[in-house]
Amino acid sequence: MTSDTPAGRRFRVFNRRRSAPSRARRRVGAAVRMLAALALAGGVYTAFAPGAFAQDDKQLSTAAQEGQALFNNSCITCHGPQAQGVEGRGPSLVGVGSAAVEFQVGTGRMPMTRQEAQAEQKRPVFDETQTKQLGQYIQELGGGPQIPAGSLTQDIKQNPEALANGGELFRLNCAQCHGNVGAGGALSSGKFAPSLHDPSPQQIYGAMLTGPQNMPVFGDNELTPEQKTEIITYITQQIQDDKDPGGLFNLGGYGPATEGLAIFVVGITILVFASLWIAGKS
Amino acid sequence: MKRRKLDLAQVPANIGKGADDRYQVATPLRALLNKVFPDHWSFLLGEIALFSFIVLLLSGVFLTLFFDPSMREVTYDGPYTALRGVEMSAAYESSLRLSFEVRGGLFMRQMHHWAALLFMASIVVHMARVFFTGAFRKPREANWTIGIILFLLGFFAGFTGYSLPDDGLSGTGLRIASAIMLSIPVVGTWLSAAVFGGEYPGELIIGRFYIAHVLLIPGGLLALISVHLGLVFKQKHTQWPGPMRTNDNVVGERMFPRYALKQGGFFMAVFGTVALLAGLFQINPIWLFGPYLASAVSSASQPDWYVMFMDGLVRLMPAWQIDFPIGDGYVLPPLFWPAVVGLGALFTLPMLYPTIEARRLKDTKSHHILQRPRDAPERTGVGAMAFTFFMIATISGANDVIADKFHISLNAMTWAGRIGLVILPPLAYVISVRICLGLQQHDREVLAHGVETGIIRRLPDGRFEEVHQPLGPVDEHGHPLPLDYAGWVVPKKMNRVGALGPAIKGFFFPIEKPAEAPVSPAVPPVSGSTREEIISGR
Repeated sequence: MTSDTPAGRRFRVFNRRRSAPSRARRRVGAAVRMLAALALAGGVYTAFAPGAFAQDDKQLSTAAQEGQALFNNSCITCHGPQAQGVEGRGPSLVGVGSAAVEFQVGTGRMPMTRQEAQAEQKRPVFDETQTKQLGQYIQELGGGPQIPAGSLTQDIKQNPEALANGGELFRLNCAQCHGNVGAGGALSSGKFAPSLHDPSPQQIYGAMLTGPQNMPVFGDNELTPEQKTEIITYITQQIQDDKDPGGLFNLGGYGPATEGLAIFVVGITILVFASLWIAGKS
Repeated sequence: MKRRKLDLAQVPANIGKGADDRYQVATPLRALLNKVFPDHWSFLLGEIALFSFIVLLLSGVFLTLFFDPSMREVTYDGPYTALRGVEMSAAYESSLRLSFEVRGGLFMRQMHHWAALLFMASIVVHMARVFFTGAFRKPREANWTIGIILFLLGFFAGFTGYSLPDDGLSGTGLRIASAIMLSIPVVGTWLSAAVFGGEYPGELIIGRFYIAHVLLIPGGLLALISVHLGLVFKQKHTQWPGPMRTNDNVVGERMFPRYALKQGGFFMAVFGTVALLAGLFQINPIWLFGPYLASAVSSASQPDWYVMFMDGLVRLMPAWQIDFPIGDGYVLPPLFWPAVVGLGALFTLPMLYPTIEARRLKDTKSHHILQRPRDAPERTGVGAMAFTFFMIATISGANDVIADKFHISLNAMTWAGRIGLVILPPLAYVISVRICLGLQQHDREVLAHGVETGIIRRLPDGRFEEVHQPLGPVDEHGHPLPLDYAGWVVPKKMNRVGALGPAIKGFFFPIEKPAEAPVSPAVPPVSGSTREEIISGR
């Protein structure tokens, strides 16, 4: 340890710290490291975790306050105060987003008439503004998916493949329950997939996004927003728009069941009367 | 030179003479044209099947001109925009082309399909008529069996035709057919592989079903229909009992001209009805079903109505799987019972029924006179039982549509079908036997006492009794002499008395004067001048 070169000095300094830390120094060092680690963990946690009282100081917008009033009148029984849900009555609405509210309330499914396998579509209880206000309240309460603004169908003139693509996606994703003709179908124990002849593009989009009642959620990972609009294009332009060739009556689109009924009710009936007539002429 | 003058009135005679000189057809033709057919509306039901078969042949030939029975992959670029650019088989593509591009193609396709449904429907209705009237009895057992085979052939013709367009629905049906074949123990896998040329769906099935649908099955149908009609011709048609009708004669109309004209007219009626259905009601909109993809199955996928009973039995069957721990283990899936055993039994039992009934009644005589359903209560009961079973199975084949549209739980529908299938047929048997016996008793009562007139007479001792119109002669006290039951309609109301007499010509208005109503000696005719007003007496 006699060399006095700069390197030797650095080595000495280094060596001294390494080789001979005093007991007190060791204790202080450990305490400092411990504090630093705790500060880091706590800091990361506070940086990423939502604050426990974040909602408290957030002011609801006017629309949301209106919505909250409506909610407290009509929905609170089953969904509870703060929409956190009531065991055995209704699910939590935190995080369902305004898309779910606008679908459920806008189609009259909510408020529900009674607890049953599935809420029926009926005349909406709330008008459009009230529905939007309710949606705004739920949205500000817990966030969640929203129905995008603007047109939800594709322009076939600009994008001619949209219809065929939508049809393929429809048959792969929707027809299992709603049927190829969109007439709706039965599920187990009184549940059902409703007919697709009534809903608006917004409602179809909202249903795909939020999976209401017994429908699965088709999030943007399963069906991109563009694919969703293609499906809506197919539903509105091919299924709802009754331009089916092949006669005046499509027999409801229920497949061979109603066709079999028709052959007896119409065909056999006409011909039995014809045979009564012909045999009566003697 | 003398000019030959053409005598128009002589032309048919000359042609007939010329034909007979060359072919000696006058004698057999006279026998044919003079052949007598009994006339009743229920005898025309089988004709509906015959005529819709002719419509099927005609429209089917048109469809073959445009259909391409190939499973080659093509990309659609026709006028139907909702499928443009979609990959599909050539069979589906040509079906779309046939529907949208061929002039009248969609109409012909719908006509073919409706005629097929009508063919099967009229077979069933005709079969019910034959069964409930006892027309299948000796000597016609063979024709009854042929009729059932005709239904079976029609069943397969319908199923192969349903599969040909290769759309989403037909592929789903084909998948079920393959599953049914696979469910047969031991030979199932080989059978399925033989039919599909390997693993389902393969690339051969449309071509194979095509040749079965346009050649093999129609050939069989045509041959059996010829035998069926030939036997009716040879054994003569059965007839209802009635005046002058016995077991040894046939009372009716000659083949020519009346019967032939009526049949020609009825053919037009059937043709017109099928065309009306095809023009008014959409059937099987294959363009909405899309090309067949194993991964895309629509809800409410059902077979055509005449296969629906099988689908219903499959839906009702509990999931009872039998495992055989032999070797690597064998499985008998529950599908085997309704689809293979059930179908086999439903076709075999009716074939045996004539033999069973004849043996049970020790009946070896030939029967050419029909029985009213009420006069064979047990047969009617068995028929009602079979009909109830068939109806429950058929309704269960569409139980998802019914559950959805009538807001019933699908599970409840399934259980209702299971319980109904066991309980309702015996109930139908008991109820229809009781109804038959009651109707028989009412007939006997009217024959013994006469028709109720609704006139109440008060006797000198204060009793009231209803005046009955005797149907036949009376004894010296004015009591009707008992009449025998003749196996035919007994008039139950005053305005039906005499209804068995010769029919009055004219459909909407009588064009001849009705005969004078017979006057019963027991009850003097009531006329306005001799009638006294009935008053309360106060």
